[in-house]
Amino acid sequence: MKELKIDAKVENLPKVLEFIDSELENDGCDMKNQMKIDMAVEELFVNIAHYAYRDKVGDAVIRYEIEGNSAAITLIDSGSHYDPLAKDDPDVTLSAEERQIGGLGIYMVKNSMDDVRYEYKDNKNITTIVKSIN
Amino acid sequence: MLNITKDLKDKNLVVGLEGRLDTTTAPTLEEELKSSLAGVETLEFDLAKLEYISSAGLRVLLSSQKTMNKQGKMVVKNVSEEVNEIFEVTGFSDILTIE
Repeated sequence: MKELKIDAKVENLPKVLEFIDSELENDGCDMKNQMKIDMAVEELFVNIAHYAYRDKVGDAVIRYEIEGNSAAITLIDSGSHYDPLAKDDPDVTLSAEERQIGGLGIYMVKNSMDDVRYEYKDNKNITTIVKSIN
Repeated sequence: MLNITKDLKDKNLVVGLEGRLDTTTAPTLEEELKSSLAGVETLEFDLAKLEYISSAGLRVLLSSQKTMNKQGKMVVKNVSEEVNEIFEVTGFSDILTIE
């Protein structure tokens, strides 16, 4: 298990993805899955950076683990209680004119990962994404 | 890191993207397009060197598509397999004209 604790600021996104990518490369993950996992981690991390602590800066913990053939990545923050999975899915069959800009991120996460779990425990938001990597 | 190249001939604008189109780089592209699309009738994105796209990047493509629907057309070219998977997952493959 590897862990990165970092200020939840959008500017730190490259560092977060570097951490994830180096672990994924070590574990032989292919490019397609790496991109999907990066995209999901970006979505969740940016959400924390934007909303979890409102105007203050708090920290985020990113945990990387291998479960069988899958990478399990957990993002933890101590900000306000927020379940990213509670949102309704956008209608992806709509045309460009009808589509809203936004609301897409979490949908992408749910659709590209094998499993997404959320729990609120000890005043922490704990979101885990799981994706088979080979 | 994202490198943006622009090639404007008459009313055709080709925008080449190289690197990563994510939360940190998407605003740069958005600004760049805002000042470039006036009078353009065909907008072409060349994604041959695009390594990564996130939802922030997709949002910029969607808003460009909306702009171009009003004034002409937009096509997306040289999409890698990885980026194409992201388009598929999000239903963007039906919205964009991918060549």
